Amino acid sequence: MSEQKRDVEQLRVSDLHAFYGESHILHGIDMKVNRGELVTLLGRNGSGRSTTLKSIMNMVGKRTGSIMVNGNETVGMPAHQIAHLGVGFCPEERGIFSSLNVEENLMLPPTVRSGGMSLDEIYEMFPNLYERRMSPGTRLSGGEQQMLAMARILRTGANLLLLDEITEGLAPVIVQTLGEVLLKLKAKGLTIVLVEQNFRFAAPLADRHYLMEHGSIVEEIASHELEEKMDLLNTYLGV
Amino acid sequence: MAELLGFPPQVLFGQLLIGLINGSFYALLSLGLAIIFGLLNIINFAHGAQYMLGAFVAWLGLKFLGVNYWAALVLAPVVVAAIGIVIEKTMLRRLYKEDHLYGLLLTFGLALIIEGSFTHFFGVSGQPYSVPAALSGGNNLGFMFLPTYRAWIIVASLIICFGTWYMIERTKLGAYLRAGTENPQLLQAFGINVPLLITLTYGYGVALAAFAGVLAAPIYSVSPVMGSNLLIVVFAVVVIGGMGSIAGAIVTGLLMGLIEGLTKVFYPEASTTVIFLVMIIVLLIRPAGLFGKEA
Repeated sequence: MSEQKRDVEQLRVSDLHAFYGESHILHGIDMKVNRGELVTLLGRNGSGRSTTLKSIMNMVGKRTGSIMVNGNETVGMPAHQIAHLGVGFCPEERGIFSSLNVEENLMLPPTVRSGGMSLDEIYEMFPNLYERRMSPGTRLSGGEQQMLAMARILRTGANLLLLDEITEGLAPVIVQTLGEVLLKLKAKGLTIVLVEQNFRFAAPLADRHYLMEHGSIVEEIASHELEEKMDLLNTYLGV
Repeated sequence: MAELLGFPPQVLFGQLLIGLINGSFYALLSLGLAIIFGLLNIINFAHGAQYMLGAFVAWLGLKFLGVNYWAALVLAPVVVAAIGIVIEKTMLRRLYKEDHLYGLLLTFGLALIIEGSFTHFFGVSGQPYSVPAALSGGNNLGFMFLPTYRAWIIVASLIICFGTWYMIERTKLGAYLRAGTENPQLLQAFGINVPLLITLTYGYGVALAAFAGVLAAPIYSVSPVMGSNLLIVVFAVVVIGGMGSIAGAIVTGLLMGLIEGLTKVFYPEASTTVIFLVMIIVLLIRPAGLFGKEA
C-alpha cells in the first residue's frame, strides 16, 4: 500500500468521555487510526479498552467528545447508523446468537459497503464453519465461535474492524490461525483496532499500540519503539 | 355409531370441536403475546382489549361503512396495529429499560381505559355480527355436524399461526427478530434499526389479536369485555408453553383448548379451571414452561 493512502484517516477519537449510568469510565480518549493500519489497545482488565470500542459503536450509556468514522461525526448518531459507515464490531463475548444457526449468524449483519467477502470466500477461509453451517451457533467450539464472529463482519464489507479480545480462552493453534487471518485482512487493506490481552500475539501484527490505564491513554508506542519501551509496558501490563 | 368411552360420539366430537376452536383463539393470542414479550420484554396486558378492538372495528365498519367480513379481516388488524404502534412509540418505548412490572401496569391501565370507554358507549350486552354468507351452513360428517364457519376459524388460525412461525423461524426478517430477542444491542451495532423492528413487532403482535377478534365476532357477541374474559386463560396458556417460545405458544394454545373440551365431556365442573390446574402442575415440574428454555 502506498504511503499516501496510509495517511487517509479512518478513525479519529477526540476527548471521548463515556459513562455507564453514574460511572464515568473513559476520561478523554484521543486516538487516530489511518486506513490500513492495525492498532492495538493494550492495558489491564478494567482499563477501559473494551469500553472504548463499545463507545465507538454507541453501545455505552452516554458519550461525549468526538468520534469521526471515515470522516463522519458519529457522537450524535443512533447505533444502527454507525455500522453503515463501514464499521464491523466483534464483541468480547463473541455475541453468537444461539437461536440462529451458523449460516444465519453469518448472514445476519447487513452489507455496509461493497467489496465484502462472499460466502464462498468465507467458507474457504474458515472451512469448519462450512461443515457446521446448519448447527445452532452456540454449539460450536470456542474457537469456531470466534471464527464465526470474525467471519460475520468480513462478509459485510466493513473496512474498519473493531476486535475485542479475539484470542481470549482459545488454544494456541487457534490463536495462531487467527494471527494468520489478521495478516490476510491487513494485506487486503482493512483497518483494524484490536483490544488484546495477549501481548505476544499482538506485538508482531500491530503497527502501533495505545496503552490504556484508568480510562485514559497513557502512552502511544510505534512497533519499532517496542524494544526500548519494554520496561514501561511491563509496568503497565504487569507481564 | 356406538358409544365412545361411554359417551355418544356427537357429544365427544362436539366438545373436541369447541375445544379446538377455543384453542385456535388461545394459539393466536398467546402467539402475539409471546412475540411481544420476546422482543419488547413487555407483558402486554392490553392484548385482550386489542382483540376486542378488532371485533369492534369489524362491527363498526359493517354498521357504518358497509365494510364486509372479508375486508374487515384485513382492515381491522391494520387499524388496531396502527393504534398499537402509536402506543408503542409514545408510551411503551419509555419502559424497556425498566422492570417488567411497569410495562404490565401501563398496558393493564390502557386495557381498563379502552374497555371502560367501550362499555360506556356500547354497554356490555354485546352486539350481533352475522356469519358471512359464504361460510354459513355446515356439513354432516356422519359422526357429528360441522358448521362451516367453525371449520374456517380453525383453518384460518392454523394458517396464520404456521405463517407466523415460518416467518420467524425460517426467514431473514425472523432471524433479525430472534437475534433482537437475544441481544438487541449487538443487533443494532450490526446496523439493524432495532427501534423500528420493535415498533413493527408490537404492531404485528397486536394485529394478531385484532385478527382473532374479527374471527371471533360472528360466534361470540361483540362486547367490550370479550377480551378480558379470554385474556386470563391466554396468560395461563403462555405460562404453560413458556414465555417467548413461538412454537410453544401455538402448540400449547391448541392443546389447552382440547384439554378444556375433553374436560367438559368427562368432568364438566372442572372445565373452567382445568387450564389453571395444568399451569400449576407445569410450573411445579418445569418452571420455564413446556417449551421454555431453563435459565
